[in-house]
Amino acid sequence: MQEQTMIEIKDLSCKYGNNEIFKGINLKIEKGIFAGIVGPNGSGKTTLIKSMLGVIKPTNGKVSVNGGLVKNRPSSNIGYIPQLEAIEWDFPVTVEQAVMMGRYNKMGIFPWPDKKDKRIVRDVLERLSIIQYINHHIKTLSGGEQQRVFLARALASEPELLILDEPTSGVDLKTQHDILHFLLSLNKKGITIILITHDLNAVAAHLPWIICFNKGIIAEGRPEDVFKPNILKKTYNADVTVLRSGSLILMANAKPLNTDD
Amino acid sequence: MIDFLITPLKYEFIVHAIAAGILIGILCGIIGVYIVLRGMSYIGHGLSHAAFGGAVIGYISSVNLYIAAGIWGLLSALLINLITRGKKIKADAAIGIVTTASFALGVALISRIRRFTKNLEAVLFGNILGVTTEDLVIIGAVTLIVIIVFFFLYKQMLFVAFDPESATVYGIRVNWIDTIFSVILAASIIVSLQVLGVTLIAAAIIIPASTARLLTNNFHKMFFLSIIISVFTSVAGIYVSFYLNAASGATIVLLGALIFTIVLIQNYIHRRIMEHEHVHVHSHGGIVHHHKHIDKEEHRHEHKEKA
Repeated sequence: MQEQTMIEIKDLSCKYGNNEIFKGINLKIEKGIFAGIVGPNGSGKTTLIKSMLGVIKPTNGKVSVNGGLVKNRPSSNIGYIPQLEAIEWDFPVTVEQAVMMGRYNKMGIFPWPDKKDKRIVRDVLERLSIIQYINHHIKTLSGGEQQRVFLARALASEPELLILDEPTSGVDLKTQHDILHFLLSLNKKGITIILITHDLNAVAAHLPWIICFNKGIIAEGRPEDVFKPNILKKTYNADVTVLRSGSLILMANAKPLNTDD
Repeated sequence: MIDFLITPLKYEFIVHAIAAGILIGILCGIIGVYIVLRGMSYIGHGLSHAAFGGAVIGYISSVNLYIAAGIWGLLSALLINLITRGKKIKADAAIGIVTTASFALGVALISRIRRFTKNLEAVLFGNILGVTTEDLVIIGAVTLIVIIVFFFLYKQMLFVAFDPESATVYGIRVNWIDTIFSVILAASIIVSLQVLGVTLIAAAIIIPASTARLLTNNFHKMFFLSIIISVFTSVAGIYVSFYLNAASGATIVLLGALIFTIVLIQNYIHRRIMEHEHVHVHSHGGIVHHHKHIDKEEHRHEHKEKA
Protein backbone atom coordinates (compact mmCIF):
# COMPACT_ATOMS: atom_id res chain seq x y z
CA MET A 1 0.00 0.00 0.00
CA GLN A 2 2.92 2.31 0.81
CA GLU A 3 3.90 2.72 -2.87
CA GLN A 4 0.35 3.90 -3.69
CA THR A 5 0.77 6.98 -1.50
CA MET A 6 2.39 10.04 -3.09
CA ILE A 7 2.24 12.37 -0.06
CA GLU A 8 1.78 11.45 3.57
CA ILE A 9 1.59 14.16 6.22
CA LYS A 10 1.61 13.18 9.89
CA ASP A 11 0.85 15.54 12.77
CA LEU A 12 2.27 18.54 10.88
CA SER A 13 2.54 21.94 12.58
CA CYS A 14 4.02 25.16 11.17
CA LYS A 15 4.78 28.52 12.76
CA TYR A 16 6.13 31.86 11.51
CA GLY A 17 7.79 33.30 14.61
CA ASN A 18 5.13 33.11 17.33
CA ASN A 19 2.32 32.98 14.79
CA GLU A 20 0.96 29.46 14.50
CA ILE A 21 -0.17 28.78 10.92
CA PHE A 22 -1.64 25.33 11.54
CA LYS A 23 -1.29 22.45 13.97
CA GLY A 24 -1.57 18.67 13.85
CA ILE A 25 -2.38 18.19 10.16
CA ASN A 26 -2.78 14.63 8.88
CA LEU A 27 -3.24 14.08 5.17
CA LYS A 28 -2.68 11.30 2.67
CA ILE A 29 -2.62 11.95 -1.07
CA GLU A 30 -2.69 8.91 -3.31
CA LYS A 31 -0.61 8.58 -6.47
CA GLY A 32 -2.35 9.67 -9.64
CA ILE A 33 -4.75 12.07 -7.93
CA PHE A 34 -5.57 15.57 -9.25
CA ALA A 35 -6.43 17.59 -6.17
CA GLY A 36 -7.26 21.24 -5.58
CA ILE A 37 -6.65 22.93 -2.23
CA VAL A 38 -9.11 25.77 -1.60
CA GLY A 39 -9.45 28.14 1.31
CA PRO A 40 -9.35 31.83 2.25
CA ASN A 41 -6.26 34.06 2.25
CA GLY A 42 -4.07 33.42 5.27
CA SER A 43 -5.49 29.93 5.84
CA GLY A 44 -2.07 28.27 5.46
CA LYS A 45 -2.52 26.68 2.00
CA THR A 46 0.79 27.98 0.65
CA THR A 47 2.59 27.01 3.89
CA LEU A 48 1.11 23.51 3.54
CA ILE A 49 2.43 23.02 0.00
CA LYS A 50 5.77 24.59 0.88
CA SER A 51 6.17 22.03 3.64
CA MET A 52 5.44 19.31 1.03
CA LEU A 53 8.13 20.87 -1.16
CA GLY A 54 10.72 21.00 1.63
CA VAL A 55 10.99 24.80 1.36
CA ILE A 56 9.61 25.39 4.87
CA LYS A 57 10.81 23.50 7.92
CA PRO A 58 7.81 22.46 10.03
CA THR A 59 7.87 22.97 13.80
CA ASN A 60 6.53 19.47 14.28
CA GLY A 61 5.47 16.41 12.30
CA LYS A 62 6.64 14.61 9.21
CA VAL A 63 6.06 14.90 5.47
CA SER A 64 6.86 12.00 3.15
CA VAL A 65 6.81 12.26 -0.63
CA ASN A 66 6.83 9.02 -2.62
CA GLY A 67 7.96 7.09 0.44
CA GLY A 68 10.93 9.37 1.25
CA LEU A 69 11.00 11.77 4.16
CA VAL A 70 11.08 15.47 3.20
CA LYS A 71 13.42 17.49 5.40
CA ASN A 72 15.04 20.52 3.87
CA ARG A 73 14.87 19.16 0.35
CA PRO A 74 12.23 17.13 -1.48
CA SER A 75 13.04 13.47 -1.87
CA SER A 76 11.05 12.88 -5.03
CA ASN A 77 10.86 14.22 -8.53
CA ILE A 78 8.62 17.24 -8.04
CA GLY A 79 7.72 19.91 -10.57
CA TYR A 80 6.81 23.20 -8.89
CA ILE A 81 5.06 26.18 -10.43
CA PRO A 82 5.20 29.21 -8.12
CA GLN A 83 2.79 32.14 -8.14
CA LEU A 84 3.53 34.42 -11.09
CA GLU A 85 3.63 37.39 -8.69
CA ALA A 86 6.70 35.82 -7.06
CA ILE A 87 8.72 35.87 -10.30
CA GLU A 88 11.18 38.67 -11.04
CA TRP A 89 10.17 39.38 -14.63
CA ASP A 90 13.06 41.77 -15.31
CA PHE A 91 15.58 39.00 -14.71
CA PRO A 92 17.59 38.45 -17.91
CA VAL A 93 16.48 34.98 -18.99
CA THR A 94 14.95 33.82 -22.25
CA VAL A 95 12.11 31.30 -22.36
CA GLU A 96 14.58 28.52 -23.24
CA GLN A 97 16.90 29.42 -20.34
CA ALA A 98 14.01 29.52 -17.85
CA VAL A 99 12.64 26.16 -19.01
CA MET A 100 16.12 24.57 -19.09
CA MET A 101 16.34 25.19 -15.31
CA GLY A 102 13.93 22.26 -14.94
CA ARG A 103 16.68 20.03 -16.41
CA TYR A 104 19.51 21.28 -14.17
CA ASN A 105 19.30 18.46 -11.62
CA LYS A 106 19.50 15.94 -14.46
CA MET A 107 22.35 17.59 -16.36
CA GLY A 108 26.01 16.65 -15.86
CA ILE A 109 28.63 18.84 -14.15
CA PHE A 110 29.22 21.01 -17.23
CA PRO A 111 27.19 24.22 -17.57
CA TRP A 112 25.83 23.50 -21.03
CA PRO A 113 22.88 21.22 -21.90
CA ASP A 114 23.38 18.16 -24.11
CA LYS A 115 21.26 17.19 -27.13
CA LYS A 116 18.78 15.26 -24.97
CA ASP A 117 18.17 18.23 -22.65
CA LYS A 118 17.68 20.55 -25.63
CA ARG A 119 15.28 18.10 -27.28
CA ILE A 120 13.20 17.67 -24.11
CA VAL A 121 12.91 21.45 -23.67
CA ARG A 122 11.87 21.94 -27.31
CA ASP A 123 9.33 19.09 -27.05
CA VAL A 124 7.76 20.60 -23.94
CA LEU A 125 7.60 24.08 -25.52
CA GLU A 126 5.95 22.58 -28.59
CA ARG A 127 3.38 20.70 -26.48
CA LEU A 128 2.51 23.95 -24.72
CA SER A 129 2.43 25.91 -28.02
CA ILE A 130 5.08 28.43 -26.98
CA ILE A 131 7.98 27.14 -29.10
CA GLN A 132 7.83 30.34 -31.19
CA TYR A 133 8.93 32.35 -28.14
CA ILE A 134 11.96 30.15 -27.34
CA ASN A 135 14.45 33.03 -27.65
CA HIS A 136 12.18 35.74 -26.25
CA HIS A 137 12.73 37.39 -22.90
CA ILE A 138 10.16 36.06 -20.39
CA LYS A 139 8.79 39.53 -19.70
CA THR A 140 7.62 40.02 -23.30
CA LEU A 141 5.05 37.19 -23.04
CA SER A 142 1.38 37.52 -22.07
CA GLY A 143 0.16 36.26 -18.66
CA GLY A 144 -1.07 32.95 -20.08
CA GLU A 145 2.16 32.37 -22.00
CA GLN A 146 4.22 33.17 -18.90
CA GLN A 147 2.20 30.63 -16.93
CA ARG A 148 2.97 28.06 -19.62
CA VAL A 149 6.71 28.82 -19.41
CA PHE A 150 6.73 27.75 -15.76
CA LEU A 151 4.56 24.76 -16.53
CA ALA A 152 7.12 23.88 -19.23
CA ARG A 153 9.96 24.23 -16.70
CA ALA A 154 8.17 21.83 -14.37
CA LEU A 155 7.49 19.30 -17.17
CA ALA A 156 11.09 19.49 -18.40
CA SER A 157 12.10 17.95 -15.06
CA GLU A 158 9.97 14.89 -15.96
CA PRO A 159 8.09 15.00 -12.64
CA GLU A 160 5.96 12.36 -10.96
CA LEU A 161 4.28 15.05 -8.87
CA LEU A 162 3.28 18.57 -9.96
CA ILE A 163 2.53 21.24 -7.37
CA LEU A 164 1.07 24.54 -8.59
CA ASP A 165 0.46 27.67 -6.53
CA GLU A 166 -2.53 29.54 -8.00
CA PRO A 167 -1.90 28.71 -11.68
CA THR A 168 -5.22 30.20 -12.76
CA SER A 169 -4.92 33.60 -11.08
CA GLY A 170 -4.42 36.60 -13.32
CA VAL A 171 -5.26 34.80 -16.56
CA ASP A 172 -8.40 35.08 -18.70
CA LEU A 173 -11.18 32.46 -18.75
CA LYS A 174 -9.99 30.81 -21.98
CA THR A 175 -6.41 30.47 -20.70
CA GLN A 176 -7.71 29.20 -17.35
CA HIS A 177 -9.75 26.55 -19.17
CA ASP A 178 -6.76 25.60 -21.37
CA ILE A 179 -4.40 25.28 -18.39
CA LEU A 180 -6.82 23.09 -16.40
CA HIS A 181 -7.50 20.88 -19.43
CA PHE A 182 -3.80 20.51 -20.09
CA LEU A 183 -3.28 19.54 -16.43
CA LEU A 184 -6.11 17.00 -16.73
CA SER A 185 -4.38 15.44 -19.75
CA LEU A 186 -1.12 15.22 -17.77
CA ASN A 187 -2.97 13.64 -14.86
CA LYS A 188 -4.42 11.02 -17.21
CA LYS A 189 -0.82 10.11 -18.14
CA GLY A 190 -0.16 9.32 -14.47
CA ILE A 191 1.24 12.55 -13.02
CA THR A 192 -0.08 13.37 -9.55
CA ILE A 193 -1.17 17.03 -9.43
CA ILE A 194 -1.92 19.31 -6.49
CA LEU A 195 -2.89 22.93 -7.01
CA ILE A 196 -3.95 25.84 -4.88
CA THR A 197 -6.66 28.07 -6.24
CA HIS A 198 -9.26 30.65 -5.26
CA ASP A 199 -11.43 29.88 -8.26
CA LEU A 200 -14.07 27.52 -6.83
CA ASN A 201 -16.17 27.33 -10.00
CA ALA A 202 -13.22 26.38 -12.20
CA VAL A 203 -12.05 23.61 -9.86
CA ALA A 204 -15.63 22.35 -9.42
CA ALA A 205 -15.86 21.94 -13.20
CA HIS A 206 -12.41 20.42 -13.80
CA LEU A 207 -10.92 18.76 -10.71
CA PRO A 208 -11.89 15.33 -9.41
CA TRP A 209 -10.72 15.91 -5.80
CA ILE A 210 -10.98 18.94 -3.49
CA ILE A 211 -9.39 19.70 -0.13
CA CYS A 212 -11.03 22.53 1.83
CA PHE A 213 -8.41 24.09 4.09
CA ASN A 214 -8.46 26.74 6.78
CA LYS A 215 -5.69 26.25 9.33
CA GLY A 216 -6.64 22.59 9.11
CA ILE A 217 -8.44 20.22 6.76
CA ILE A 218 -12.13 21.07 6.87
CA ALA A 219 -13.19 18.45 4.31
CA GLU A 220 -11.88 16.49 1.35
CA GLY A 221 -13.61 14.59 -1.40
CA ARG A 222 -15.23 14.93 -4.81
CA PRO A 223 -16.52 18.42 -5.70
CA GLU A 224 -20.17 17.33 -5.41
CA ASP A 225 -19.52 16.03 -1.88
CA VAL A 226 -17.42 18.95 -0.66
CA PHE A 227 -18.92 22.04 -2.24
CA LYS A 228 -21.85 22.35 0.16
CA PRO A 229 -22.93 25.54 1.96
CA ASN A 230 -22.09 24.23 5.45
CA ILE A 231 -18.57 23.10 4.47
CA LEU A 232 -17.88 26.30 2.54
CA LYS A 233 -19.13 28.41 5.47
CA LYS A 234 -16.74 26.56 7.77
CA THR A 235 -13.91 27.00 5.27
CA TYR A 236 -14.46 30.66 4.40
CA ASN A 237 -16.33 31.95 7.49
CA ALA A 238 -18.82 33.37 4.97
CA ASP A 239 -22.14 32.38 3.46
CA VAL A 240 -21.73 30.84 0.03
CA THR A 241 -24.64 29.93 -2.23
CA VAL A 242 -24.18 26.67 -4.13
CA LEU A 243 -26.22 26.23 -7.31
CA ARG A 244 -26.42 22.83 -9.01
CA SER A 245 -27.59 22.13 -12.52
CA GLY A 246 -26.96 18.54 -13.51
CA SER A 247 -23.23 17.93 -13.05
CA LEU A 248 -22.51 21.68 -13.02
CA ILE A 249 -21.79 23.29 -9.66
CA LEU A 250 -21.70 27.09 -9.32
CA MET A 251 -20.80 29.01 -6.20
CA ALA A 252 -21.44 32.65 -5.40
CA ASN A 253 -21.31 35.04 -2.51
CA ALA A 254 -24.69 34.64 -0.82
CA LYS A 255 -25.18 38.28 0.06
CA PRO A 256 -24.49 40.76 -2.75
CA LEU A 257 -22.80 43.97 -1.69
CA ASN A 258 -25.33 46.73 -1.18
CA THR A 259 -24.19 50.31 -1.45
CA ASP A 260 -26.87 51.29 1.11
CA ASP A 261 -25.22 49.10 3.77
CA MET B 1 48.00 54.76 -32.01
CA ILE B 2 50.49 51.89 -31.66
CA ASP B 3 52.85 54.26 -29.86
CA PHE B 4 49.98 55.23 -27.57
CA LEU B 5 49.55 51.58 -26.62
CA ILE B 6 53.21 50.56 -26.49
CA THR B 7 54.82 53.52 -24.68
CA PRO B 8 53.43 52.70 -21.21
CA LEU B 9 54.51 49.05 -21.61
CA LYS B 10 58.16 50.13 -21.41
CA TYR B 11 57.63 50.47 -17.65
CA GLU B 12 57.51 47.26 -15.64
CA PHE B 13 55.05 48.71 -13.11
CA ILE B 14 52.59 49.46 -15.92
CA VAL B 15 52.90 45.91 -17.30
CA HIS B 16 52.17 44.62 -13.78
CA ALA B 17 49.28 47.07 -13.46
CA ILE B 18 47.74 45.95 -16.79
CA ALA B 19 48.10 42.27 -15.84
CA ALA B 20 46.44 43.02 -12.49
CA GLY B 21 43.76 45.07 -14.29
CA ILE B 22 42.93 42.15 -16.62
CA LEU B 23 42.69 39.68 -13.72
CA ILE B 24 40.66 42.04 -11.50
CA GLY B 25 38.51 42.85 -14.54
CA ILE B 26 37.66 39.17 -15.02
CA LEU B 27 37.05 38.76 -11.28
CA CYS B 28 34.78 41.81 -10.90
CA GLY B 29 32.97 41.02 -14.17
CA ILE B 30 32.03 37.52 -12.98
CA ILE B 31 31.19 38.38 -9.36
CA GLY B 32 29.29 41.52 -10.40
CA VAL B 33 26.68 39.63 -12.45
CA TYR B 34 25.62 37.56 -9.46
CA ILE B 35 25.72 40.53 -7.06
CA VAL B 36 23.64 42.78 -9.33
CA LEU B 37 21.04 40.11 -10.16
CA ARG B 38 20.60 39.07 -6.53
CA GLY B 39 20.30 42.71 -5.43
CA MET B 40 23.36 42.33 -3.16
CA SER B 41 25.23 45.47 -4.26
CA TYR B 42 25.35 46.77 -0.71
CA ILE B 43 27.24 43.72 0.59
CA GLY B 44 30.19 44.33 -1.76
CA HIS B 45 30.31 47.93 -0.61
CA GLY B 46 29.96 46.92 3.04
CA LEU B 47 32.49 44.07 3.10
CA SER B 48 35.18 46.23 1.50
CA HIS B 49 34.65 48.90 4.20
CA ALA B 50 34.65 46.26 6.95
CA ALA B 51 38.00 45.00 5.62
CA PHE B 52 39.50 48.45 6.26
CA GLY B 53 39.00 48.01 10.04
CA GLY B 54 40.85 44.68 9.81
CA ALA B 55 43.66 46.20 7.76
CA VAL B 56 44.27 48.91 10.40
CA ILE B 57 44.26 46.32 13.21
CA GLY B 58 46.72 44.26 11.14
CA TYR B 59 48.93 47.32 10.67
CA ILE B 60 48.96 48.12 14.41
CA SER B 61 49.64 44.52 15.44
CA SER B 62 52.24 44.04 12.67
CA VAL B 63 50.20 41.33 10.93
CA ASN B 64 50.00 41.33 7.12
CA LEU B 65 47.37 43.93 6.17
CA TYR B 66 45.61 41.70 3.68
CA ILE B 67 45.47 38.63 5.92
CA ALA B 68 44.04 40.79 8.74
CA ALA B 69 41.56 42.42 6.34
CA GLY B 70 40.51 38.98 5.07
CA ILE B 71 39.92 37.55 8.54
CA TRP B 72 38.06 40.71 9.63
CA GLY B 73 35.92 40.65 6.49
CA LEU B 74 34.97 37.01 7.09
CA LEU B 75 34.13 37.71 10.76
CA SER B 76 31.97 40.65 9.66
CA ALA B 77 30.08 38.44 7.21
CA LEU B 78 29.46 35.87 9.98
CA LEU B 79 28.30 38.59 12.38
CA ILE B 80 25.88 39.94 9.74
CA ASN B 81 24.49 36.40 9.36
CA LEU B 82 24.09 36.08 13.13
CA ILE B 83 22.24 39.41 13.49
CA THR B 84 19.84 38.68 10.61
CA ARG B 85 19.02 35.20 11.93
CA GLY B 86 16.70 36.78 14.53
CA LYS B 87 14.65 38.18 11.56
CA LYS B 88 13.84 41.49 13.31
CA ILE B 89 16.89 43.16 11.76
CA LYS B 90 17.05 42.83 7.99
CA ALA B 91 20.24 42.19 6.03
CA ASP B 92 20.66 45.76 4.73
CA ALA B 93 20.48 47.21 8.26
CA ALA B 94 22.87 44.55 9.64
CA ILE B 95 25.36 45.22 6.81
CA GLY B 96 25.10 48.97 7.50
CA ILE B 97 25.77 48.54 11.24
CA VAL B 98 28.56 45.94 11.15
CA THR B 99 30.54 47.21 8.19
CA THR B 100 30.31 50.93 8.99
CA ALA B 101 31.27 50.20 12.62
CA SER B 102 34.30 48.25 11.31
CA PHE B 103 35.26 51.14 9.06
CA ALA B 104 34.77 53.58 11.97
CA LEU B 105 37.01 51.40 14.15
CA GLY B 106 39.75 51.69 11.50
CA VAL B 107 39.35 55.49 11.36
CA ALA B 108 39.36 55.77 15.19
CA LEU B 109 42.52 53.66 15.51
CA ILE B 110 44.31 55.72 12.86
CA SER B 111 43.36 58.94 14.66
CA ARG B 112 44.81 57.52 17.92
CA ILE B 113 48.15 56.53 16.40
CA ARG B 114 48.21 59.66 14.18
CA ARG B 115 50.11 57.87 11.43
CA PHE B 116 48.81 57.25 8.00
CA THR B 117 51.19 55.19 5.96
CA LYS B 118 51.37 54.52 2.26
CA ASN B 119 50.14 50.97 2.90
CA LEU B 120 46.94 52.15 4.57
CA GLU B 121 46.43 54.74 1.86
CA ALA B 122 46.66 51.90 -0.68
CA VAL B 123 43.97 49.96 1.22
CA LEU B 124 41.69 53.01 1.09
CA PHE B 125 42.27 54.23 -2.45
CA GLY B 126 44.18 51.43 -4.17
CA ASN B 127 47.66 51.51 -5.65
CA ILE B 128 47.60 49.68 -8.93
CA LEU B 129 51.04 51.00 -9.82
CA GLY B 130 52.55 49.25 -6.79
CA VAL B 131 51.47 45.72 -7.78
CA THR B 132 54.29 43.21 -7.28
CA THR B 133 54.82 39.82 -8.93
CA GLU B 134 53.67 38.16 -5.67
CA ASP B 135 50.47 40.23 -5.76
CA LEU B 136 49.87 39.07 -9.33
CA VAL B 137 50.29 35.43 -8.34
CA ILE B 138 47.73 35.82 -5.52
CA ILE B 139 45.24 37.75 -7.70
CA GLY B 140 45.72 35.17 -10.48
CA ALA B 141 45.11 32.25 -8.09
CA VAL B 142 41.88 33.79 -6.75
CA THR B 143 40.70 34.62 -10.29
CA LEU B 144 41.36 31.02 -11.36
CA ILE B 145 39.44 29.65 -8.35
CA VAL B 146 36.49 31.97 -9.08
CA ILE B 147 36.46 30.89 -12.77
CA ILE B 148 36.49 27.20 -11.76
CA VAL B 149 33.74 27.69 -9.16
CA PHE B 150 31.52 29.60 -11.61
CA PHE B 151 32.17 27.06 -14.38
CA PHE B 152 30.97 24.13 -12.29
CA LEU B 153 28.24 26.01 -10.38
CA TYR B 154 27.04 28.21 -13.27
CA LYS B 155 23.66 26.45 -13.57
CA GLN B 156 23.06 26.47 -9.83
CA MET B 157 24.10 30.14 -9.50
CA LEU B 158 21.74 31.13 -12.32
CA PHE B 159 18.78 29.23 -10.84
CA VAL B 160 19.38 30.57 -7.32
CA ALA B 161 19.70 34.15 -8.60
CA PHE B 162 16.48 33.84 -10.63
CA ASP B 163 14.17 31.86 -8.35
CA PRO B 164 15.79 30.67 -5.08
CA GLU B 165 12.65 29.02 -3.72
CA SER B 166 12.05 26.88 -6.82
CA ALA B 167 15.79 26.12 -6.98
CA THR B 168 15.44 24.39 -3.59
CA VAL B 169 12.52 22.33 -4.91
CA TYR B 170 14.54 21.30 -7.97
CA GLY B 171 17.31 19.93 -5.76
CA ILE B 172 19.77 22.84 -5.54
CA ARG B 173 21.29 23.47 -2.10
CA VAL B 174 20.71 27.23 -1.93
CA ASN B 175 22.47 27.64 1.45
CA TRP B 176 25.58 25.98 0.06
CA ILE B 177 25.58 28.21 -3.00
CA ASP B 178 25.19 31.32 -0.78
CA THR B 179 28.04 30.22 1.50
CA ILE B 180 30.39 29.42 -1.40
CA PHE B 181 29.56 32.77 -2.99
CA SER B 182 30.22 34.66 0.29
CA VAL B 183 33.68 33.06 0.54
CA ILE B 184 34.69 33.83 -3.06
CA LEU B 185 33.26 37.36 -2.72
CA ALA B 186 35.34 38.00 0.41
CA ALA B 187 38.46 36.59 -1.31
CA SER B 188 37.84 38.71 -4.42
CA ILE B 189 37.42 41.88 -2.36
CA ILE B 190 40.62 41.27 -0.41
CA VAL B 191 42.77 40.69 -3.52
CA SER B 192 41.19 43.72 -5.20
CA LEU B 193 42.01 46.02 -2.26
CA GLN B 194 45.59 46.55 -3.46
CA VAL B 195 44.42 47.58 -6.91
CA LEU B 196 41.20 49.51 -6.31
CA GLY B 197 40.99 50.27 -2.59
CA VAL B 198 38.10 50.04 -0.12
CA THR B 199 36.35 53.07 -1.54
CA LEU B 200 36.27 51.97 -5.19
CA ILE B 201 35.81 48.19 -5.20
CA ALA B 202 32.01 48.17 -4.99
CA ALA B 203 31.70 50.42 -8.06
CA ALA B 204 34.19 48.30 -10.02
CA ILE B 205 32.09 45.19 -9.26
CA ILE B 206 28.66 46.69 -9.93
CA ILE B 207 29.18 49.00 -12.93
CA PRO B 208 30.24 46.46 -15.63
CA ALA B 209 27.44 44.01 -14.69
CA SER B 210 24.86 46.82 -14.62
CA THR B 211 26.04 48.05 -18.03
CA ALA B 212 25.81 44.50 -19.40
CA ARG B 213 22.28 44.20 -17.97
CA LEU B 214 21.25 47.26 -19.98
CA LEU B 215 22.64 45.70 -23.15
CA THR B 216 20.95 42.29 -23.05
CA ASN B 217 18.02 40.29 -21.71
CA ASN B 218 19.98 37.05 -22.03
CA PHE B 219 21.83 35.80 -18.92
CA HIS B 220 24.63 34.04 -20.84
CA LYS B 221 25.31 37.16 -22.93
CA MET B 222 25.14 39.37 -19.83
CA PHE B 223 27.77 37.19 -18.16
CA PHE B 224 30.28 37.51 -21.01
CA LEU B 225 29.50 41.18 -21.70
CA SER B 226 30.11 42.00 -18.03
CA ILE B 227 33.57 40.37 -18.17
CA ILE B 228 34.46 42.10 -21.47
CA ILE B 229 33.33 45.54 -20.20
CA SER B 230 35.11 45.03 -16.88
CA VAL B 231 38.43 44.00 -18.49
CA PHE B 232 38.16 46.80 -21.06
CA THR B 233 37.52 49.52 -18.43
CA SER B 234 40.35 48.19 -16.24
CA VAL B 235 42.95 48.21 -19.04
CA ALA B 236 41.69 51.40 -20.71
CA GLY B 237 41.50 53.08 -17.28
CA ILE B 238 45.17 52.29 -16.61
CA TYR B 239 46.18 53.78 -19.99
CA VAL B 240 44.09 56.90 -19.40
CA SER B 241 45.47 57.32 -15.88
CA PHE B 242 49.02 56.96 -17.28
CA TYR B 243 48.54 59.72 -19.83
CA LEU B 244 46.46 62.03 -17.59
CA ASN B 245 48.63 61.32 -14.54
CA ALA B 246 45.48 60.61 -12.53
CA ALA B 247 44.79 57.98 -9.84
CA SER B 248 44.33 54.65 -11.68
CA GLY B 249 41.56 53.14 -9.48
CA ALA B 250 39.47 56.30 -9.75
CA THR B 251 40.06 56.50 -13.52
CA ILE B 252 38.90 52.88 -13.98
CA VAL B 253 35.70 53.56 -12.03
CA LEU B 254 35.05 56.87 -13.84
CA LEU B 255 35.55 55.22 -17.23
CA GLY B 256 33.11 52.45 -16.21
CA ALA B 257 30.58 55.07 -15.08
CA LEU B 258 31.00 56.92 -18.40
CA ILE B 259 30.32 53.75 -20.42
CA PHE B 260 27.31 52.98 -18.19
CA THR B 261 25.93 56.50 -18.77
CA ILE B 262 26.35 56.23 -22.55
CA VAL B 263 24.58 52.84 -22.63
CA LEU B 264 21.84 54.17 -20.32
CA ILE B 265 21.17 57.14 -22.64
CA GLN B 266 21.27 54.88 -25.73
CA ASN B 267 18.83 52.51 -23.99
CA TYR B 268 16.49 55.36 -23.11
CA ILE B 269 16.47 56.69 -26.68
CA HIS B 270 15.91 53.16 -28.06
CA ARG B 271 12.99 52.61 -25.67
CA ARG B 272 11.41 55.93 -26.62
CA ILE B 273 11.64 55.00 -30.30
CA MET B 274 10.31 51.46 -29.70
CA GLU B 275 7.51 52.52 -27.40
CA HIS B 276 6.29 55.49 -29.41
CA GLU B 277 2.61 55.90 -29.02
CA HIS B 278 0.16 56.45 -31.81
CA VAL B 279 -3.58 56.09 -32.21
CA HIS B 280 -4.29 52.67 -33.67
CA VAL B 281 -7.61 52.15 -35.43
CA HIS B 282 -8.97 48.71 -36.14
CA SER B 283 -12.33 47.02 -36.36
CA HIS B 284 -13.94 43.70 -35.68
CA GLY B 285 -17.59 42.72 -35.87
CA GLY B 286 -18.27 45.97 -37.72
CA ILE B 287 -17.30 48.05 -34.68
CA VAL B 288 -14.41 50.47 -35.14
CA HIS B 289 -12.02 50.87 -32.18
CA HIS B 290 -9.52 53.62 -31.44
CA HIS B 291 -6.71 52.70 -29.09
CA LYS B 292 -3.44 54.16 -27.97
CA HIS B 293 -0.90 51.76 -29.42
CA ILE B 294 2.51 50.79 -28.06
CA ASP B 295 5.12 48.85 -30.01
CA LYS B 296 6.83 46.43 -27.69
CA GLU B 297 9.97 44.31 -27.98
CA GLU B 298 9.97 41.30 -30.34
CA HIS B 299 7.28 42.92 -32.53
CA ARG B 300 4.59 42.15 -29.96
CA HIS B 301 2.22 44.84 -28.89
CA GLU B 302 -0.57 45.54 -26.47
CA HIS B 303 -3.43 47.98 -26.34
CA LYS B 304 -3.89 50.74 -23.85
CA GLU B 305 -7.33 51.68 -22.60
CA LYS B 306 -9.43 53.59 -25.07
CA ALA B 307 -8.09 57.12 -25.43
